[in-house]
Formats: sequence, C-alpha cells, structure tokens
Amino acid sequence: MNATARRPRKVVIAGYGMAGARLAENIRARDPRGERLSVTVVGAERHAAYNRVLLSSVVAGTLPRDAVTLHPESWAAEHDVTLRVGATVRGIDTAARTVSVHDPGGGPTALDYDALVLAQGSSPWIPPVDGLVHEDGSLAPGVCAFRTLDDCEEIAGRARAGTPVAVLGGGLLGIEAARGLAGRGCRVTVVHPHSHVMERQLDRGAGDVLAGTLAGYGIEFRTGTTAARYVPGDGVKLDDGGYVPADLVVVSAGVRPETGLAASAGLAVDRGILVDDCMRTSDPRVHAIGDCAQHPGTPPGLVQPAWDQAGVLADLLTGADSAGRYRGTAAVTRLKASGVDLASFGDVGSEPDSPEAEVVCLNDPARGRYAKLVLRDDLVTGGVLLGVPDAAANVAHHYTHRTPAPADRLAFLLGRALPEEAVRAPSPASMPGSVTVCECNNVPKSGLVDAWRRGARSVAGLAEATRATTGCGSCTGLVRGIADWLESTE
Amino acid sequence: MQTDQPAEVQAAALGSARTHCPYCALQCGMSVEATQGAVTVAPREFPTNGGGLCQKGWTSAALLDSPARLTTPLVRERGQLHPAGWDEALDTVAARLGRIGAEHGADAVGVFGGGGLTNEKCYALGKFARVALGTANIDYNGRFCMSSAAAAGTRAFGMDRGMPFPVTDLADADAILLAGANPVETMPPFAQHLSGASGCEGLVVVDPRRTPTAARANLHLQPAPGTDLALALGILHAAVAEGHLDTEYVRTRTDEFDPAWQQAASWWPERVERITGVAAADQRRAAAMLSGARNAYVLTARGTEQHADGTDTVSGWINLALALGLPGRAGSGYGCLTGQGNGQGGREHGQKSDQLPGYRRIDDAASREHVARQWGIAPDELPGAGPSAYELLDALGTEHGVKALLVFGSNVAVSAPGADRVTNRLAELDFLAVADIVLSETAAMADVVFPVTQWAEEDGTMTNLEGRVLLRRKAVDPPAGVRSDLEVLGGLATRLGRPPEAFPCEPQRVFDELRRVSAGGVADYSGITYERLRDGVALHWPVPDTDHPGTPRPFLDRFAHPDGRARFVPVTYSGPAEETDEDYPLLATTGRLLAHYQSGAQTRNVDELMAVDGEMFVEVHPDTARRFDLSDGEAATVTSRRGTVHAVVRCVASMRMDTVFLPFHFPDDNRANLVTSTALDPVSGMPEFKVCAVRLGRHRGTGRQASARQEVA
Repeated sequence: MNATARRPRKVVIAGYGMAGARLAENIRARDPRGERLSVTVVGAERHAAYNRVLLSSVVAGTLPRDAVTLHPESWAAEHDVTLRVGATVRGIDTAARTVSVHDPGGGPTALDYDALVLAQGSSPWIPPVDGLVHEDGSLAPGVCAFRTLDDCEEIAGRARAGTPVAVLGGGLLGIEAARGLAGRGCRVTVVHPHSHVMERQLDRGAGDVLAGTLAGYGIEFRTGTTAARYVPGDGVKLDDGGYVPADLVVVSAGVRPETGLAASAGLAVDRGILVDDCMRTSDPRVHAIGDCAQHPGTPPGLVQPAWDQAGVLADLLTGADSAGRYRGTAAVTRLKASGVDLASFGDVGSEPDSPEAEVVCLNDPARGRYAKLVLRDDLVTGGVLLGVPDAAANVAHHYTHRTPAPADRLAFLLGRALPEEAVRAPSPASMPGSVTVCECNNVPKSGLVDAWRRGARSVAGLAEATRATTGCGSCTGLVRGIADWLESTE
Repeated sequence: MQTDQPAEVQAAALGSARTHCPYCALQCGMSVEATQGAVTVAPREFPTNGGGLCQKGWTSAALLDSPARLTTPLVRERGQLHPAGWDEALDTVAARLGRIGAEHGADAVGVFGGGGLTNEKCYALGKFARVALGTANIDYNGRFCMSSAAAAGTRAFGMDRGMPFPVTDLADADAILLAGANPVETMPPFAQHLSGASGCEGLVVVDPRRTPTAARANLHLQPAPGTDLALALGILHAAVAEGHLDTEYVRTRTDEFDPAWQQAASWWPERVERITGVAAADQRRAAAMLSGARNAYVLTARGTEQHADGTDTVSGWINLALALGLPGRAGSGYGCLTGQGNGQGGREHGQKSDQLPGYRRIDDAASREHVARQWGIAPDELPGAGPSAYELLDALGTEHGVKALLVFGSNVAVSAPGADRVTNRLAELDFLAVADIVLSETAAMADVVFPVTQWAEEDGTMTNLEGRVLLRRKAVDPPAGVRSDLEVLGGLATRLGRPPEAFPCEPQRVFDELRRVSAGGVADYSGITYERLRDGVALHWPVPDTDHPGTPRPFLDRFAHPDGRARFVPVTYSGPAEETDEDYPLLATTGRLLAHYQSGAQTRNVDELMAVDGEMFVEVHPDTARRFDLSDGEAATVTSRRGTVHAVVRCVASMRMDTVFLPFHFPDDNRANLVTSTALDPVSGMPEFKVCAVRLGRHRGTGRQASARQEVA
C-alpha cells in the first residue's frame, strides 16, 4: 500500500435485515477489498439476514426456514464485514460520532463511525385489545405477531388442520398469512377495522372481489369491526358484539417504523426517519434506508424501495457515483397468496367519471376478476388487477417503464384472460387460395389445388408435387382435408 | 448397434448419394441425384428429420450450378478483382502472408473459420494456423453462435455436447421448455420432436416474439429482450418455493446448490415479473409444468445465449434443469440446439482460439504436449490462446492487431456485430484472402478469392446437434476450376515450407489424422471411421475405439467433471449492456427467417427463397409504428448508437410494444448488424446480438431497394 493511502472510512450499519444486508453487499460489490470503507453490521436477530418476502412461503409450509437465508454463515468473513448478530444499538452520540452497542450477555461498547446507517426496519403494531398482551409487554399465549422468521416458525408450529385462527388485520400481510394458514387447513377469520380489505392498495370494488375469492378458500371476513377482548383458549370478542373462535391469533394490524433510536438522538422524525434524496437524515453523517426511513413519495413496507435506496447509498458512501440520488420507486404491490393474483400500483382511487384521468374498469366478481386502469396522457398512472395475471404483468411493466399504453385499452386491461378471437380453422372449401398451408415450404392452398388438377390425387402425390407436409409435418391433417374436399368436388 | 440405412447402399455410386443437407445442425438426411445436367435432392428417412426437409433443403441443389458460383480464383489488381490461375492465387497469398509474418511476427497473420466447415476442414484450419503460420490468432464464427452454451455446459457438466442425448429422445417427454429457440422456423423438421410434449400440453416457449414456435406453445413466456436470466431465476425460484426441488438428485449428483439458491432466492416471481413482463403466475405455471412431467427437457438456443450475460443465462437454465433433476436422467435433460451445420464439430477440433483438437484446452500442458507430438513440433512451438472472434476482428489492421487475414466459410462483413466497424477494419488490412463458393460481401473486399467446393461436391464429416458424427458424401463433380478448402490449405502450407504429407488434401486422410489427435480428448473421435459411417452406424462422440458403440447419452451414470458430479453455478441478473433512453427508446432483437441461412451468402442466391423473403424488414407493433409516424410497408430506418439499417416496416400485432425485430440475412444497408451491440460476454466472448437500444425513423431514400451485388471485373 502506498504512503498516500488513507485509512478506510468506518461505516456502521444498524440493522441486518433486507435493507442493511443489501447495503453491505452493495458496498462490497463497489469496494471489494475494503480499501475505501470498513463495514460493521449490527443485527438484533440472532441469525443471518433472511428474505422477509419469502416468509409467507414459510407460513404456507412450502419453504423450509434455511431456504430464506440471505447469506451463508461465512459471508461476513469472506467479504471483510464485521458482523455482530444478536446485538442492539442503544444510543447514538452524533457529536462524538459513536454508537453504543449492547452485545448479548455483555455490556455496552462504543463504536466510532464516519457514517452511520439506520436500517432497523419496522416493528409490528399490537392493537390495544384486552388480553392480547401481558403486563410486561410480552404476547399472551396463542398470540403471534407476523414479522420475523421466529414468528413464522411459531405460527407454523401452532397451525394444524382444523385449528381456528383469528387474523387481526386484513392488510397485505394479514391476507398473505390468512391464505397461507387456510392452505394448511386452518379455519381462518380475518378481522379488519375498515370497510374493505387492503384498503391502502385497493378500491372498494377490488377489495370486495378479493374477499370473495378468499372466501372460496374458506376464509371468513369480519370487516368494519375490531377485536375487543382476547380470551386464551377460547377466541376473540369483537366490538360489534361478534365472536371469533381462535386457538391462534395472528396480529398483522400494521407496522410502525423503528424511529425511537433516531428520535432520542435528536434526528428529525415524522412517521419514519426523515431522509432526503441522498438518504441523509437531519444529521448529514447519519443515513436511513428501508422501512424505518421516510422518503417523500415512497410507499412503506416494500422491499424494492429499500433495495433501490441501498444501491444509491452504496454509490454515495463508496464514491462509486457521488451524483447518485434516490428519486423514489414506482412501487407495485403484489400479493403473495396461492391462487390469487393481485397487483396494485399508483393511483387506484380514480373512478371512471374522473375529469382528470382516463379510467377503464371491469368488475366480474363471479369469476374473481377486477381490473382497473388509470391513465394520463397515454401513460399508466395507476391500476388494480385482480385475477388477470397476464395483464397485471404487462400493465405493471408499462407503469414501471413509463411507456405509452397500447391503443386497444380493453385488450391491454384483460390480457390473455380475454377469450381469444374465434380462430377456428376455416374449412378447406372456404379457405382463401392465398392462405399458406405448409409454412415450411411456403405452399398456399392454391398450389395444392393446382397440383391436384395436374394429377396429384393423394396426400403423398400432393407432397411430391408441392413439398407440402415434408417439413415439420404439422400441416398433414390440413392437406388431407383439402385432398378430401377436392375429391368430393369431382 | 443402431443403423439408419440398409447396408446395401454403402456403395453409392457417384451421381447418386445418401448425404445430408448443407445448412443447419439438424443435418437432415437427403439423397442427391445427378442426372444429365440436373441435380435434384429429396429428403430421406433419418432420425433428426424423420423424412422431412424444409424449403432451404429442398432448394439446396440450386447453389451447385448457380450463376453466382465462383469458378476461378480472383486476384485484385488496381482495385479490381480479376480472374487468375490457381498457382498465381496461391503464390500471391503465400508470398504476402510470408512477408507480413516475417516483417511483423507470426501473429500478424490471422485466420477466421466457420461452423459450417466439415470437421476435416476445421481441424486442418487449426493446424494450418498453429503449424504453418505459427499464429495464435485464429477464431471462428461459432463465437457468434454456440460459445455461451458451450461455456455454460462445460461449467455445469464438465463437457459441452450440445444435446447429450439423441434428438429422438425428445418424443418421449411430456414437457419441454425452449428458451430462445424458434425451430419451427429455423429447422422445421425438428418440430416433429416437440409433438410429444405439445400433445401433453407441456410445450413452454420463451421468446420476446410470438414466433411460429411460440404460437405452437402451450405456454408462451414473452420476456423483454435481455431479461432471460431474470426469468430463469424466477422459474427456478418458483420451482423451489413451491416444493419442486429434487432434493435426492441434488444431493447425490450435484454440488453447489446452496450458493446458486442464495442468488435465486432474491428473484421471486413477482420481482422477476417487473423486470421481464412475464406474469408471476406464468413463471409458476412453467415450473409446475416441468416439475410435474414424467420426462422433461430444458433446451436453449441463440435467443437466450447471444447476450453479454449469455453464459450466465445458460447457467440459469441449467440450474433450473438440475434443480428438477433432469440432466443425466434417461428421457429427460438439458440441451443446446446447435445452429450451424457443423457448429458442434466446429468447436471441437482447434479452430477456436483457446482449443486444440479433441476439445482440448490450448493452455493445458498435457494437451499441448500430446498435440505437438502428433504434429511433429515441440510443445513450445505451439502458440497460446488468441483473442475471441470479435476481439480479433475489432483489432484488424491496428497496431496490435492482425495485418493479414484468411477467411474460410464465413461472411463476417454481414455476420459480425457492429458490422460497419468490422467492415472498416477489414478495409484496413494489408491483405485479405477469402475462400468461398460465391462472392460474399466479405469475399468482395478480398485481395485474393479462392473458389471452393461445397457440400455435394466433396466428402467430409459433420457433427450434428446431438453430437452424432455424419458422413456427407460427394454426389457430383465440382465445376471446373474449383478446389476444396483442404486443397487450398495444402497448397498454401507447401508454399510456406511445410511438407505436403503434413497437410493432406483427401478428407479421409485428414479425418484419420484428426482421429489420432483427438484420441484421449474430451471429444474423442478415434473410434470413428469412414467405413463405420458409411455403414450407417450411429456414432455419438466420444468413441474411444473402433469397437466402441458411441456415447449417445454420456451423462446417465456420471457427469464429465472428475468427480462425476454436476455443478450449479451461482448466477444473478444485472441487465443488458445497453438500456433504452429518450434517444433510443426501443429494444431491437435479431434473428432468422425460414427461407434464409446465416449471412444469406448462399440463400440469397436461390431465387425460390428470395421469392419468399427477398427484402429486409423490421417487425414493429402497430402502435409503436404509429408512434414513430410509420405504417405497414413503409421504408424505415432503425438507428442505434452504432449505425443505421434500412428496412421495410412490417406491423405485427403480437410484438411487444417496446421491441422491434430485425432478420440478419441481408447485406449492405440492410445488415441488421449495423445496429447490434458489440458488448461481449466475459466468459464466452459472445457478442450481445439479441438486444440493443434503437429508434425508428422514416427512410427518405429510395424505399424498397434490391441489394446491389458487386460485379466482378
């Protein structure tokens, strides 16, 4: 190393979830030998980072817990990253640029930083329901949050075929949990305080169709009501007087960004930790990414913004692209629930009579389909596509890439779900002479007719005269049909 | 022992021969009949074509006596090519090569070969470069064809044999995934092998276009060009997440699943959907179709391979096949659909810059020792690995590049990416010599052109897409004045001071030498003889001795890595080399038409084929055409950062709106490769033919134009 080499700047990442792990990876992709940055990652959970997106597959039982791990155990050592799992950051001294870290079983230690990144995500919000929480704050027996890998293992362990389950909260995660548990044979009831499920992503029409589809998997819904009291071993009493039997209560009533540490350090906090396009908090040496951060125009709770932010911040911290800025993510919400295909993005609230937007909408509750397309100047600005998977992919692609929508809005909206035009093969008699019968050898119907008139009076004869059928052979049936028709006309 | 023809035909007389088609790697069986003045071809029963033949095959005899045929050597004088005698032509080339080599070093002379050449020619060309010229600079157009699949196959299985099973095995599959393959159009008789799967509702086709093959699929996945690797990861993810992983197979026959899964775990179908545009539900359906099948295959071809991440993309598909336990299982597997007639054999015998005969690596000491001994030189006289095809072409005439180039069986002025730049580089050469049957666009630029024999006029072996070695037999005498490539090489080698016996001109003698040199290599041909091939024995390499029955399915017991296990390769997606922007808002992809082959040098000289597709076109979604103020049938320009191609607009409603398609068979201003990207795959050297950013414009010139063929003075 030459004399002018400077010591690497110290980056401390508080949080080893999907955002923190991705940031560490991105930094090492740009600075593989650690010449520019030393990296320390502090993670509260005791195991390696895992892919939270796949947790619904763990609940559904299709993926074992090992399969959702993001990094092998050797990852940190191989990438020159200092990893402290099971440890928590308890305090930030922004003036001294140190954090205090509590290791399991040990006391607090101070860690210097040149740049601190808060990536602590969010924590489940437990609604104030009688009996749900012990006085010490721990959950009552039979109650699980739906946030961590450990939560999922506990849920999976309690969910037997026939087990009555109450899911508190019919948002995205609640619906995924409900569908996974229904797939395990549980008797699931979703309790949701709003008038329709997933109200943040869906308009009323879509929410109702979704509930109808899920009802087909045996899931019951109690909407417009909240849990009042939980009685272990019995069930949940609702504030409308109703009752839901439950041996297991899964709480998915929303999450709250982890802001306590930032707030106590004096950083500007609203719903989340406020950040600018450089992912800087109100202290320029402290950054925040992922669910704990609040960036204007970025919806919370999705991984794609967190990963986009990690990419920009890695560019900035390593100097790989000091002009890098995060401008928000055109997020698309996809429900991960077996047998249900739902995409939602952008402005879903506009109605067909909207004066500003062009809105195309189809509601087909009997077949579990609901499709709404919102456009401005030929660009897709919002959509809800339920039960039309092919269109969902295509429409979301146009939304993400801001490419003009096709002129045929209806076909665009319905994709392949639209019955294909009746493409019944024309009869040999009605088929125009110019139609190519044998693609491999470019033989039109008229060529076969001519050959017949010149004496080729069989399929073999026609093949010899025109080469039709001698390529891939798939037109043999059609040639036979034409031969039969010609014979019948003689 | 499997035979495909009765023994009594082995003494086929000249004038009537059971041979194989001159075009693609299916190498359809055909018989060639020469009667007074007329030569006709007809399909014959052979496993790959089942008695079928496409229009290219049917019309192949037209090239034997085509007016475009070269029948005399041409030597350039005062800027014009003039007919010359053979001695004059050979003397000129040998003298110029000798002088340039002496002045600038042996590496100043380069050789460029082709995947359509017979095994004998490929072998002789590699030997000629290394021994007679002493140059490291030899490569071939197979880099533009198979190299990514070859590299990925070697990584995964320890050996690259395009299809490690006979093509007829496909009939017994109830699911087949074709990634970037359009065989219904490019090798029509192959389509019959897909009917088993499509009859079981199990044919999955991955293609950005709704090709005739895609139209036959039970499930067509239509990803954005350049996103195939993301799609492969998404389908693998779906397969694992839905519990379809063949854990027993993965444990007993493979290594490195965990790191490969760790990458794929981040590519869940909904995320992949946003990149590819392929519905998550369809990714899951593809995974379910393959995993639920009794027998299933994953097959790749150029559409998925010709990318700057082509090797990793093929690894992505192989990882999927391995996760489902397909490769090395009877009735299932992974294979690559070879394109060029001898694409497989062409990469095995030493015309590739990093290889020696028998599919040996040129940087392996034992291989160098073996081959050098066979060739009667010292191992350190053998040059090392040279640059890959595009790197070789890109440096022509530059300070560090080749100053003189010999081209056999390739038309790089049309087929290389960034064709304008390559054409300019060819013009910068001190000396260019080309051997071809017609005056191709590359030959038209040469200082010396050798007129050479073609398929029905010579004996030679080809190795088809299933690794089966075939004997193409001479059926007719070549036109007077035409010599074989082997004679050209022999004539040059002797003039360069090599003994004639080191460069024999009889194909069978060359093949016998190839057999000896390949012995002990990965592609061991030592047990293959012309006699066995004439007897119709189905010999798939390796064939280590003359009693060996051949190896139709090499991986059933073990893979070719020393420990016998296959390898997952951890791959992840990062996107194509070039993205769209405001100036270049569309993606262009390139491909083939039924009526044409490769650069079109052959098929553009067949009237019947030109009547089918005689002009360059660009396929565009009608809305996209309208956006650029174009309509069907109008003359358009397609412009990338590298150049502009002229093409007539064809509105096709099934096109993606962000994608246009250009066929690559046309010359001059109609060369698709004027716009293609020159980004290369870091492992295979494969250029990114299949995606680049373009815009459309109106062509203000003459509109529909015929391609002017350069006249010979």
